[in-house]
Amino acid sequence: MSALIVSPVLVPFVAAILCLLTRRSRRIQRVTNLVGAVALALCGGGLVALVTTSGVQSVQIGGWDAPVGVSFVVDRLSAGMVLITGIVALAIALYSVPMIDKRRELFGYYAMVNTLLMGVCGAFLTGDIFNLYVWFEVMLMSSFVLLALGGERPQLEGSIKYVTLNLLSSAIFLSAIGILYGLVGTLNMADLAVRVVQLDDSAKGMVSTLAVMFLVAFGIKAGVFPLFFWLPASYHTPPAPISALFAALLTKVGLYVILRVFTLIFVLDVPTTHTLILAAAGSSLIVGGLGAIAQNVLRRQLSFLIISSIGFALIGPGLMIGLGDRAYVDASAEVQAVVLLGLAGSIFYLFHTVLVKASLFILAGSIERWKGTDEIGRLGGLALERPWLSVMWAIAAFSLAGVPPLSGVFPKLALIGASFRGEHYGIAIVALVCSVLVLYAIARVWLEVFWKPSPDGEGGASERSRATASPAPAIVLSILIVAMGLGAGPVFSYCREAALGLLDPSDYIERVGVLDPGLDETEAQP
Amino acid sequence: MTLLMAMTIGVLYACSLYLLQRRNVVKLVFGLLILSHAANLLIFTASGLVRGRTTIIEAGETVLPVDTAPDPLPQALILTAIVISFGVTAFTIVLVHRVNAVVGTDDLDDMRATDSAGKAADA
Repeated sequence: MSALIVSPVLVPFVAAILCLLTRRSRRIQRVTNLVGAVALALCGGGLVALVTTSGVQSVQIGGWDAPVGVSFVVDRLSAGMVLITGIVALAIALYSVPMIDKRRELFGYYAMVNTLLMGVCGAFLTGDIFNLYVWFEVMLMSSFVLLALGGERPQLEGSIKYVTLNLLSSAIFLSAIGILYGLVGTLNMADLAVRVVQLDDSAKGMVSTLAVMFLVAFGIKAGVFPLFFWLPASYHTPPAPISALFAALLTKVGLYVILRVFTLIFVLDVPTTHTLILAAAGSSLIVGGLGAIAQNVLRRQLSFLIISSIGFALIGPGLMIGLGDRAYVDASAEVQAVVLLGLAGSIFYLFHTVLVKASLFILAGSIERWKGTDEIGRLGGLALERPWLSVMWAIAAFSLAGVPPLSGVFPKLALIGASFRGEHYGIAIVALVCSVLVLYAIARVWLEVFWKPSPDGEGGASERSRATASPAPAIVLSILIVAMGLGAGPVFSYCREAALGLLDPSDYIERVGVLDPGLDETEAQP
Repeated sequence: MTLLMAMTIGVLYACSLYLLQRRNVVKLVFGLLILSHAANLLIFTASGLVRGRTTIIEAGETVLPVDTAPDPLPQALILTAIVISFGVTAFTIVLVHRVNAVVGTDDLDDMRATDSAGKAADA
């Protein structure tokens, strides 16, 4: 069982080493990458099965007990994220075969994809905040290489901005970890959760400052307003499979960590810190929606849609301000219901948006190959030329806009419903306005790219380029988007359990095993 | 001693943020380098400074005296962070070199191709 918990890190690690050893053979690397992705998805499925049957599980690396050694912890949220990561990895592995050119394949593309996946899964599973920093760096380093690989001018310019902003955010993260350790004396996240509530009042004020530092660091990585400028400047520059991988996973790791630390550790001053989260959510929604309307290049427009979807996913933790100074377990039933609904909605939205973003970026890459351009004005006529691609685009795009019965509508309903029930009318209205903006942006693309007659006639891309424009890898993602919508009941109850585990972390803390048996039981309650 | 360290760290942060805001990409690299030094020194100082002692258990003892010996964990953290920043800095220098070769400038203001792609389409 402990092998299963670390397997999402080990599988990509082994695959990366095999890809490096066989870097002269493109075929062996492709097969290794594909097998690795299938294995990762299976590991994710195994973890989901494990946590649904027997709850939170942890393993101590190196045999040292919890507060000293590094813990790996899997709960419903992290298991779900690993499963989704595996599915996206599989789609990208299939998509890379026709789309990635020979030079990139021979210069370590597959190895870097696997180290990226290793970093992402490590960040989902670790229970130690310094270890989280290390996984972030593993992920970032791979993403730097993937972004710059090929060395085309826009790629390199995008890389400079991406690298600088991400290193700045890592430095803020590292500084915050240093001060947090000086203050609390532990790095294990479960142990931190226990010990921050025992600090005296002056130290608690410092913890709030640290919370804001963490919010800035992860906000840069997640691409929330006003820290998102690197994202639309860099995400559309590399080849489509790399864009799709980044768009699906990287910002979502930042979001996952915000969900984790702002429910487990930084819950001392909820009215301040979580109001900031809610404000960031609202402004990301508006800026992302307006930005998406203003763009005329397909992948740049999708980049702004990422920002608005991050705004949506942040509403859930933002709604925790309803708790005020009380812990979740002490709050009234009505407040509990609102907070739980909001957070469950955020988790559902997180799962959904990973699939949708991967699907849209894959399809946008295929459109670019088919027509030879990605400027919206010069595209057209795809509904007749590529009917299946159009159907898949419609599924992903209208799921993002929140058209029932696709997956996007249910988390949106939960988030907006929770905002109204919690009487946070401002954010509810902003979310509704943003939905209209996103729908407008998507409808415009639908009319321009798919229904309008093609301005260049049938011409554009060469036959050779068209032959590689297969959108087939997005099929599995489209099916899942529809399935998540039709089977929203079981998915939502899973997300609800995950949210409950975040809001009442006593089980998480106990399963990590940081409590001395001699400690009083009441101290376990943060 | 702690005060001196705190002032040093503050000056390092200020220097690095100043350098990060220059337009020259070489200064950008120096800014990132100094930023990681500042963060490492911060970890070192924030966990408490102990002068003239090592984290070695004395002969005949079985445990480290908690109140007098320095904490070994921040040192381990800094070592990890140094290795990471070494790798990242090496990558950044190579990237800057490639950018200079491909774009032909070291001025960040001239690297606008990715931002202006949308605007060019507008015009």
